[in-house]
Amino acid sequence: MTRREIRNTILAVIAFAILPWLPFLKDSGYLMSLAIPIAMYTVLATSWALFSGPTHYISLATAAFYGVGAYVVAGGIGVVPYAVLVLLAGVAGAILAALVGLATLRLSGVYFVIFTLGLAEMVRQLVTWVQNNFTGSRGLYVLTDITERIIYWELLVLAALVYLIGWIVNRSRLGFAMRIIGNDELVAAHVGIHSARAKVILFVISGIFAAVVGAVMAPRFTYIEPSLAFSPELSFQVVIMALLGGVHRLWGPLVGVIPFTLLWEVIAASFPTQTVLLLGVAFLLIVYFIPQGVVGLIESLMRRAGIGRGSGDG
Amino acid sequence: MEILTIGLLLGATYALIAMGLNLQYGVARIMNLANGEMLVAGAFGAFWVFTAQKVSPYVALLFVVPAAFGLNWLIYRTLLRPLVRRAKNRGMLEVDSILATFGMSFVFVGIMLMAFGGDYFSYSYLAEPFVIFGSPYGLNKVVAFVAAAAICGLLYLGLNKTRTGMAIRAVAVDPAAAGLAGIDVPKMSTFAFALGGAVTAGGGIMLSTFLTLDASIGVVFTMKALIIVIMGGVGDVRGAIIASLILGLAETAVASLIDPGLTLAAAYLLFVLVLLFRPQGLFGRRPS
Repeated sequence: MTRREIRNTILAVIAFAILPWLPFLKDSGYLMSLAIPIAMYTVLATSWALFSGPTHYISLATAAFYGVGAYVVAGGIGVVPYAVLVLLAGVAGAILAALVGLATLRLSGVYFVIFTLGLAEMVRQLVTWVQNNFTGSRGLYVLTDITERIIYWELLVLAALVYLIGWIVNRSRLGFAMRIIGNDELVAAHVGIHSARAKVILFVISGIFAAVVGAVMAPRFTYIEPSLAFSPELSFQVVIMALLGGVHRLWGPLVGVIPFTLLWEVIAASFPTQTVLLLGVAFLLIVYFIPQGVVGLIESLMRRAGIGRGSGDG
Repeated sequence: MEILTIGLLLGATYALIAMGLNLQYGVARIMNLANGEMLVAGAFGAFWVFTAQKVSPYVALLFVVPAAFGLNWLIYRTLLRPLVRRAKNRGMLEVDSILATFGMSFVFVGIMLMAFGGDYFSYSYLAEPFVIFGSPYGLNKVVAFVAAAAICGLLYLGLNKTRTGMAIRAVAVDPAAAGLAGIDVPKMSTFAFALGGAVTAGGGIMLSTFLTLDASIGVVFTMKALIIVIMGGVGDVRGAIIASLILGLAETAVASLIDPGLTLAAAYLLFVLVLLFRPQGLFGRRPS
């Protein structure tokens, strides 16, 4: 381990030792209403960046996986134990990601982006069709005795998992292969990397996380309908936050998630009708002015000032 | 028979939209994910003209299309040119333009939500029966078919018979070589992008005469246009036309035989088939 890694590990251990105690603070209700979205978007944005960061394959389908996860819980609640449903949601996410990956990731990145662009909308159509024709009602109730507190803890566990897996992947041959693929796919093929398989594996990991997050969040909705579960804004926000933070470091998305979620609380409360427009403007600002994300910006400033010592992998 | 006719009628409008996207992606090299929003904006223009001014939506073509041309020209010059300059290779430009136009699509949706609200909108124009082969079809669909086919034909002639058209095709084949042959590549790219946007907005006007739309439906049409372009092969006009007709038929078949709510699923099914069996396009050659 390098010094940077030891430092990051210590920081992560301290953070995960303190964060679970937050719900026991006095008047933690409002705190939870901020902490849950932050934890949720941390898991979504970090797992998104696991795949899209090194490869530059922009996935716009987070909402599709999230919605599938939420619907697995909504459909099976009361019949199957909740814990099993969360696992099933992960399996469903993995299958969907594998299908999308196998169809598109053998080809150039554009096909993948296009496919993910409409995926949430298509799954939404299918779910709506099934509900209209076979179950009779549009929405589903998810009534459980799961409290905000438990959801928060579940999300923390997921966050710890996503960091652990991200760290392992980065150190493994798979992570190394992904970085080569991202730099030049032709080179990757020539040095003997099975690039399609590597991409599909990582996309499946990222799809599982998004589906499980959907399953974990489902009890918080209590009532689930297609337009809620498959909202395109979710996919968009995940991409924004990850890019804002920076995708070339494992903890980069976190730097984007915290300020953006807090800012979004304020914006959504003060301009509820203009959220879509403001999201778009925020996104354009990021793409044009901080394409490397905040982390990349800080690092290049530090390098210019002579403090940074090159770029290792952290 | 009815499915066949309706599918073909719909396919012509799709062909027009796909031609717009083909100009933007094939020539200007911008993968425009905000294409569907431009279409909805055109449709809103026609809707506004028809309900407020009592003017035929086809008269709206006369000023919505030039306005869309100007707007797209401006977008390319101010927002996309910097990306083209920044990009070191085609792959980087692709990633950047996807991100930028994806952001723009949300900006457009936001503006349209502000201006028109989130409701569905439709108007009744030429909703009279028109008999083909003994069965009645909406006259508005027939008129849209004729108009779309006419514009497609004009574009085809323009691209193949004029000097500018030849320059555009040269840029589509190889921008670097086109530059060496004395073609002003940035100017042609801008022109192609603006023309593509204008054609798309025109397609939106035609769709709005027989479809119900709302501010956030653009992404569905972006998808359809992208699927057609990929199915036909990027830059292949003939392929795009045939692909549009196939998509129109497939959608109509699914809508009338299973459920009208599943049209996008039908488009996806075609997309998957194309990706699995002919990713190089219907008439494309397998890269050696």
